[in-house]
Amino acid sequence: MRSAWTGLLVAVVVLLAASAFGLARRVRDGRLRTVADAGHRDLLLRLGVRPDTPVTLLQFSSAICAPCRATARLCAEVATATDGVHHVDVDAAVHLDAVRALGIMRTPTLLVVDSDGRIVRRAAGQPPTRDGLTAAVNAAMAGGSAR
Amino acid sequence: MTPGGRRECPMTLDPRGPRFAATITSVVLVLVLVTGSGWLALAQAVVFGIGAVSIRHAPYPVLYRRFVAVRLRPPTEREAAEPVRFAQGLGFVFLTVGTVGYLAGAPVVGVVATALGLAAAFLNAAFGLCLGCEVYLLLRRPTSRA
Repeated sequence: MRSAWTGLLVAVVVLLAASAFGLARRVRDGRLRTVADAGHRDLLLRLGVRPDTPVTLLQFSSAICAPCRATARLCAEVATATDGVHHVDVDAAVHLDAVRALGIMRTPTLLVVDSDGRIVRRAAGQPPTRDGLTAAVNAAMAGGSAR
Repeated sequence: MTPGGRRECPMTLDPRGPRFAATITSVVLVLVLVTGSGWLALAQAVVFGIGAVSIRHAPYPVLYRRFVAVRLRPPTEREAAEPVRFAQGLGFVFLTVGTVGYLAGAPVVGVVATALGLAAAFLNAAFGLCLGCEVYLLLRRPTSRA
């Protein structure tokens, strides 16, 4: 009988902890955080970022990732709709050196790269909103030197 | 995936199916924790194992298609089967360890492994969390250090 109560207690604690984790993820997912990372220009060029492109949406995906498709679709749409925006979708499992160097923990991770090869925004998990991504792209375009 | 050159995925699922399955899984795993039954843990391990091999033949999705999906509208979007199979495989590992723990007289091992499985299943059921997205890179990052 004691073990039944222990088991129930474990179940309740697990469900509460998982709820807290899930809610925290829901708040943070898809939020395009402002970052200022200028130290990875060569790495980004190797991953397919073109040096003359005003804004690159560099996405890290993996085969077993459900929200990667939605993120890729959104990025492709924004890239098509906006002049000077290029979308690059790379397989994280193939570029583990870059994954480590950039501190990427999960897929999809989306990096907004400006014309100087600086990472200016970063989002992970569920895709950002279209408005949020468009605003980030515009900000990156205004901030880069190739205006 | 561009709208023009749409890549055909080898297999896609109604995304509500895995959520339904994860809900049943969560209930079963709470029962395992409360009863401490190694045999119930074994049954869930087998269910996970079938899902990891062939998601179409897994018991809970079969229930979903036969009794739930027929009452719902067709899905507006379908998702790839690979992430779901990965999660089932991970569940299989947790519940196999849990079963061995309960049946071999090491209930602490059983409780911990089952609790991890419950956390994963509940996050999937309640928040639609993609388990593969969370752990795949963490598993891969250290394995191929240059």
